[in-house]
Amino acid sequence: MTVYVKGVVFEGVDFDDPNSWKLDAYVARGGYAALKKILQTGMTQDEIIAEMKTSSLRGRGGAGFPTGLKWSFMPRNFPGQKYLVCNTDEGEPGTFKDLDIIVNNPHALIEGMIIGGFAMGITVGYNYIHGEVFEAYERFEAALEEARAAGFLGDNILGTDFCFQLHGHHGYGAYICGEETALLESLEGKKGQPRFKPPFPASFGLYGKPTTINNTETFASVPYIIREGGQKFLELGKPNNGGTKLFSISGHVNRPGNYEIPLGTPFSELLEMAGGMRGGRKLKAVIPGGSSAPVLPADIMMDCTMDYDAIAKAGSMLGSGAVIVMDESVCMVKALERLSYFYFEESCGQCTPCREGTGWLYRVVHRIEHGQGRPEDLDLLLSVGANIAGRTICALGDAAVMPVQGMLKHFRAEFEHHIEHKNCLVRGY
Amino acid sequence: MLEIEIDGKKLTVPGGSTVMDAANSVGVHIPHFCYHKKLSIAANCRMCLVQVEKAPKPLPACATPVTDGMKVYTHSDMAVKAQKGVMEFLLINHPLDCPICDQGGECQLQDLAVGYGQSSSRYEEEKRVVPNKNLGPLISTDMTRCIHCSRCVRFTEEIAGYQELGMPGRGEHTEVMSFIGKTVNSEISGNVIDLCPVGALTSKPFRYSARTWELSRRKSVSPHDGLGANLVVQVKDHRVKRVLPLENEAINECWLADRDRFSYEALNSEERLTKPLIKQGGVWQEADWQSALEYVANGLKDIVDAHGAGSIAGVATEHATVEELYLLKQLFAGLGSHNVETRLRAADHGLKTAGATWLGQSIVDVATAEAVLVIGSTLRKEQPLLAQRLRQGVKKGLKLSVVNPHADDLLTALAGQVVVRPDQLVEGVLAVVKAVVDAKGVAAPAQIDLSGVEADDAARAIAASFADKEKTAIVLGNVAQQNPRYAELYAAAAALAELTGAKLGVLGAAANSVGAQLVGATGAGNVFAEPKKAYVLLNTEVEFDVGDSLQALRAVQGAAMVVALSSFGSCALEHADVILPVSPFSETSGTFVNMEGKAQSFNGVVRPLGETRPAWKVFRVLGNLLGLENFNFNSSEEVRDIALAGDLAAKLSNALAAPVAVKAQAASGVVRLGEVPIYQADLLTRRAPSLQATVDGAAPQLKANAATLARLGLSIGGQALVKQGQGDAQLAVELDNGLADDVVRVPANHPLTRALGAFVGPVDVTQA
Repeated sequence: MTVYVKGVVFEGVDFDDPNSWKLDAYVARGGYAALKKILQTGMTQDEIIAEMKTSSLRGRGGAGFPTGLKWSFMPRNFPGQKYLVCNTDEGEPGTFKDLDIIVNNPHALIEGMIIGGFAMGITVGYNYIHGEVFEAYERFEAALEEARAAGFLGDNILGTDFCFQLHGHHGYGAYICGEETALLESLEGKKGQPRFKPPFPASFGLYGKPTTINNTETFASVPYIIREGGQKFLELGKPNNGGTKLFSISGHVNRPGNYEIPLGTPFSELLEMAGGMRGGRKLKAVIPGGSSAPVLPADIMMDCTMDYDAIAKAGSMLGSGAVIVMDESVCMVKALERLSYFYFEESCGQCTPCREGTGWLYRVVHRIEHGQGRPEDLDLLLSVGANIAGRTICALGDAAVMPVQGMLKHFRAEFEHHIEHKNCLVRGY
Repeated sequence: MLEIEIDGKKLTVPGGSTVMDAANSVGVHIPHFCYHKKLSIAANCRMCLVQVEKAPKPLPACATPVTDGMKVYTHSDMAVKAQKGVMEFLLINHPLDCPICDQGGECQLQDLAVGYGQSSSRYEEEKRVVPNKNLGPLISTDMTRCIHCSRCVRFTEEIAGYQELGMPGRGEHTEVMSFIGKTVNSEISGNVIDLCPVGALTSKPFRYSARTWELSRRKSVSPHDGLGANLVVQVKDHRVKRVLPLENEAINECWLADRDRFSYEALNSEERLTKPLIKQGGVWQEADWQSALEYVANGLKDIVDAHGAGSIAGVATEHATVEELYLLKQLFAGLGSHNVETRLRAADHGLKTAGATWLGQSIVDVATAEAVLVIGSTLRKEQPLLAQRLRQGVKKGLKLSVVNPHADDLLTALAGQVVVRPDQLVEGVLAVVKAVVDAKGVAAPAQIDLSGVEADDAARAIAASFADKEKTAIVLGNVAQQNPRYAELYAAAAALAELTGAKLGVLGAAANSVGAQLVGATGAGNVFAEPKKAYVLLNTEVEFDVGDSLQALRAVQGAAMVVALSSFGSCALEHADVILPVSPFSETSGTFVNMEGKAQSFNGVVRPLGETRPAWKVFRVLGNLLGLENFNFNSSEEVRDIALAGDLAAKLSNALAAPVAVKAQAASGVVRLGEVPIYQADLLTRRAPSLQATVDGAAPQLKANAATLARLGLSIGGQALVKQGQGDAQLAVELDNGLADDVVRVPANHPLTRALGAFVGPVDVTQA
């Protein structure tokens, strides 16, 4: 279910109309106007990037890095091929927003990428789509065909000298390929595992060429910013947290789905939009930004607004905007066991702390859940976690540790109960 | 230059250095596993994490570039905590079976665990078990011990040129493996054993035969190809147990070819002869040295007296030492004969140069040239480590091209490739000469007749790769040196070198190819064409060491006396009348002069087996018995100092002594391309069972392109009968579309093909 409240990505999209994704419908709701504005009014690359900086758009993939700043890193006068890559390898448990963008409004992404290509002087782009959502890949390819036929994409766009080729590429479902350098490796046809940095993709990216990588939602926000101005976008949200954002709400709510709302909206309002708690149960905890984000207990969450800074201040992260809502029936040990299993299974195995450590974390949580925990296990978990965090090539190591740290910070008693009584504190549901 | 500080030591390092480079330059050791100076940076083991001022997290020293003013702490609390954390992770799934692990005692994980590990483990779950892999007869696997450093994977891809090992699987399930059903077949594969920091990849032939601390380490020099790779020979109880590289950046870097590493198996072969033998009435009788030597001396004297000095010949290979060859030559000179020859696989002895032919430059110079043309060489099999060096050169911009009678993959990018019939190599080079002449608009060089020569695209591509380059080289390989038109080929290459300003070089086929020329143990030409009454064979097996093996075999079989100074039986037992057991390179002191003209002396690493004697001592005593002058040497060093007296460099020259006229000729009909298989090249490799068990040691096949196979009525996988002169051979048929039409590739000097004649010549091929 997708609910448009207020925002830039799904503005004007009719989710009940099977043709709403198509080019005609997109143009009718103001699509490709931004591209036309650039090409027909002679907007310069510097002006576009300035507009992006004004908008305070932050990367929607999870890291929240300012997009305008990232674009300004691209060496614009580099002699040779440069690449623009869209990361639609949406694999973070709880996240399902990019899939919806591609299915319901693919041209917003395409237009955003074309504008990005223009702004950074890039002529070739790829969209790397998660391997397990094949229909999204097919929808994207169909939209590309439309855009090419209409002259928005390809050689001499809208009769100008500007050329931009865009290709879809579907991966094979590895979570790690959402890490941007692993994505590049996979796109090159190699085993998807992260590269060490530096060098960063801006200087050594796809095929060793300067490359800019952004998330699907980030690109899909670009047309609005160019069309309406960065300031207007910024004002949709709050300072340093410009614009609106898609939140994927899952878990124990009455209406799980994607909600596009302004950044800075209180969590309580978002919960209400999602129909409140299912079965009238009590909210226990929320993972506010995808499975890698530390869990926050209900009381903290209810005082929080949904934006990068507020969630960070509360001790977690907004991440990709995947809000996993848990009610009082949830056993936190079992929840962590499942999360830890995910990271154990998805570690690429390249570097030592993550390859060996994620399995260790999972096995210890597993034995606590199965009544074989020992009193020293909780300190062991934190100690092993500390040996992983910050020692790995990419952020997957950190991502595997943060749920453990979050759970033990807020729900340590539940774990201790499991160890002491060899059964669950949460019973009777 | 950047100024930095490591553990309080101030130093300046060039820009682009990593923290690891900087630390190495001042002798600060940072623990590591995946880092290796010859491989790309992987930064995956995380053992080299160090603290860098202002960085919130520890950084991997191997992958962190130095910045000006950087302060690095390799032993601070933050660094050591990170390093110990990584060590704990490495050990949780490591079997800790050191007492039964072949790597025990020379294991980097074991060594570093002493400094960074704990005495007991906090990990109490079951450990990972990983199935072993079959990587072939050279590399043994215990994959449960693997720590996933990926050095072996990077080696096969980056150094050996073809990624024969990979890392499929994810997370804990990541495993190093070869392609499904395939072994690791590189000719330099054994280096992964050295690279593996743990006991996951160990030497299969050496497995469980000794512990590292029981072995004495002795320096030596490889007796195989012309590179002269430096060795550490490891010895226990007077037996060679293992061979490892001795690092020498100018020659073999830190690598060895598989034959350098594994041919030692032959040294302990049961075929080793340990007592002098004399054949009496067709039966071999053991003899003492005195009787055997007197028998030889008297026999040679009698034959010379009866038939003249021209009736005897001394035959050795270029794998013999300077000292041995010098004394062989002196012995024959004392008997009045100049019939000593070592270029046994040559079909054309007509080339005369001003000095000993050599590489014309250093090995490093060739690898760092801007353009190199290799003429007539199956380079990967002839000179495995030089091929590797050129591969690295190509990555840095070297333009490599070939003129060859085949299109064997050098596993690197080629700037140009001319493929011709083996009897048309001269014409192949002339095409390149023509392309250069055309491009430069100059006249054809003197003596080079370019009438009828056309330059095709491939020849022009090679010519273009030399244009506007300063440092270039043209080198001739074994296939060229064995060609029946070698003198012409050489002259054409020399003309091309002069036109392009390239340095001309000859890739010494064997460890002492240059040394053999320096001491004058060559020049007699084909000593088998006109059979002699007596032959003295020094570690020479005529059916495997001579180009026209059939002719040589007939000559030896018809001789009145054959003296074999040999380390091994079999061939010697078959053909000789008297056998003097002599030491292989491991049991004698000696000297090899490598392709770049560098004389490398070595000592014996073990004492001679049984009653075996170093050949130089045998010649010395024979000289005394024959009453020859100047044979009173007390050491091999004395022999060497006389044999190589004077300025060595002045005796090396690739300049033609007399002009050679070169003219293109037509060729037609089915022609043989004969080459020596890599592990048939010398008598040690022929007796190394592990090398023989590799893919390169497999039975030779007849290969031809699809059109030729069809014309000859042969089918892939079927059998072919090859007739050459009076001999024949039956071989399995295989496709090789890299060959020119009407070329059949039939390996030489192999038991299956020993009855055949010249490497290059007309053959009849029919379905068997």
